[in-house]
Amino acid sequence: MSDTAIAVPGRVEALPGPGPWLGALKGLWRFARHKPLGAAGLVIIVAMVVCAVFADNQLVTLFRRDDPLLAPYYYDDQDIANRLRPPSPSHLFGTDRLGRDMLSQVIYGARTSLLIGLSAVAISMGLATLVGTVSGYIGGRLDLLVQRLVDAWISFPAIVILLTGVQVAKEYAGPSPTTQSAAIVAVLGLVLAAGASRVIRGATLAVKNNVFVEAARAVGASDMRIIFRHILPNVMPVVIVLATLQLGAAILAVGTIGFLGFGVPAPFPDWGRMLSTEGLLFMRAHPWLAVWPGLAIFLAVWGLNVLGDALRDLLDPRLRGLR
Amino acid sequence: MWSYIVRRVGLLVPTLAMVTVLVALLVRLLPGDAVEIIIGQYTPLTHGDREAVRRQLGLDKPWYEQYGEFVAGVFTGDWGTSLQSQQPIGRELARRLPVTFELGLLALIISIVVAVPVGVIAAIRQDRWLDYLMRGTAIVFIAVPAFWLGTLVVVLPNVWWGWAPPIHYESFFDDPLSNLYFVIIPATILGLGLSGSVMRLTRTQMLEVLRQDYIRTAWAKGLRERVVILRHALRNALIPVTTLIGLQVPLLVGGTVVLETIFSVPGIGSYLVTAVNSRDYPVVQAVNLVVALAVVLSNLLVDVLYAYLDPRIRYA
Repeated sequence: MSDTAIAVPGRVEALPGPGPWLGALKGLWRFARHKPLGAAGLVIIVAMVVCAVFADNQLVTLFRRDDPLLAPYYYDDQDIANRLRPPSPSHLFGTDRLGRDMLSQVIYGARTSLLIGLSAVAISMGLATLVGTVSGYIGGRLDLLVQRLVDAWISFPAIVILLTGVQVAKEYAGPSPTTQSAAIVAVLGLVLAAGASRVIRGATLAVKNNVFVEAARAVGASDMRIIFRHILPNVMPVVIVLATLQLGAAILAVGTIGFLGFGVPAPFPDWGRMLSTEGLLFMRAHPWLAVWPGLAIFLAVWGLNVLGDALRDLLDPRLRGLR
Repeated sequence: MWSYIVRRVGLLVPTLAMVTVLVALLVRLLPGDAVEIIIGQYTPLTHGDREAVRRQLGLDKPWYEQYGEFVAGVFTGDWGTSLQSQQPIGRELARRLPVTFELGLLALIISIVVAVPVGVIAAIRQDRWLDYLMRGTAIVFIAVPAFWLGTLVVVLPNVWWGWAPPIHYESFFDDPLSNLYFVIIPATILGLGLSGSVMRLTRTQMLEVLRQDYIRTAWAKGLRERVVILRHALRNALIPVTTLIGLQVPLLVGGTVVLETIFSVPGIGSYLVTAVNSRDYPVVQAVNLVVALAVVLSNLLVDVLYAYLDPRIRYA
């Protein structure tokens, strides 16, 4: 493994000399040279973010739904006369059974995936960081109890607990697509949090035995102060790497439950639902329907994985070989 | 060794207790009016029926009695009754578990057969094009969604050659050949998905072991490459890989849920999807418990195996 010392991009900014923009660019260039795969992942993720933000001018003009920008059509514009058409200049990815443009649906799907994924990862990392640092730092009986609960929680395979939890949460959420999506985010966040808290606890245990923590305790710093001022900044690299890898896992998970028919409800565009079994009959005759959404999920997950790997090599060599 | 096993099993008890609590909570978390809607799906809404189904879900007693009965049922083999079919769930599970077990085991074997040799070769050829190719492929295997690959396998050969995967499941004991023909396709997709991380770990471990002094000694003694790699290095490198393979059981179960649905395999994964779809919560609860138990027990097995393979663990 190429584990030579490499400057962290962004840290270059602090050096005197070139302006901050130039420094950041140089850092990026260095990152791309040393971690070409990671840079490829970064490009894919940036493209995905651009698709999500500029699919139409809704986000740009503050939630006023108007014309599509990047997407050639609005995602649920139906053109029944041109249904199930193969890829052509007017519909680059073809059209589905309601005559909706596949390319537009894939572009809009990035928005749904990122919105659901990022929200779930925010919940997961917030919870995991809290549980992991406190359980690891306090130790003793609390740690023993919390870790047995985590053991029990991670005994449930992610897809199984996700299907179950989402269905139970939807019983509460009622028929509204927005609250149902929020239910998915909440359950996904909880599912992802358990495994992450274990890793963050491990990192906390390693940091906790450092002399500077002992010194802080000696000058009378409270436990909360030590956790927030001394432990947390030192486990941050682990949190960043985990968040990147978890976003990939989240997108894959949302795609999977969408495919099984329990994911983000219509009218929101969703890659998983585009592939769902109800469309299988049409896919047999019109295979392009199956290709594009799957390719989008694959690229997003692949990009986040290689980017996460590269970040891990740069930020925290201890995590290498984690997966 | 025995004291290690006793200690490890001791840790299992609180975990198992919490697993049962979580599963039992599941049905109790349902909002009251949802219970009524679920009942309405299956029976016309009369007051008597409503009470009967609440009883069937075990919701009419105080919580400690509910939990006690639930745990007692698990031990006595009374796993409840399906709302949908009105059949005992235990019997259905007994019929479906072997099917999922076969699919999972076959997938595991495929993943090891693919991943270990590839990982070893990538390590021996570190930082050459073969290594890059194999590492790149490994991440592709990790990132390709199983449900997409499954869908493509159903769709594309049908378009190109008019071939479709078999849809009729035969038990292995009735007709081994058609059973294998049926299971091998989902098992391969699942196995390739798992092989990515096994390959990466095999490679990392091999690289670490190959730098050890005793390997240099083995080379210095003039042993052939095959002997050094296979007999001296691989045997030690595989110890952590064994653990990883065991830890993949949750992923394996998740994968079977998806692939059983695509290829209509009558295992517990497709049972879960059907049950969630029809809001058959007693079944959902039972399947969750079974898979969690499987994961907990396989983790125990892996830890014991690890201690057996690596004496440093049990004396720590």
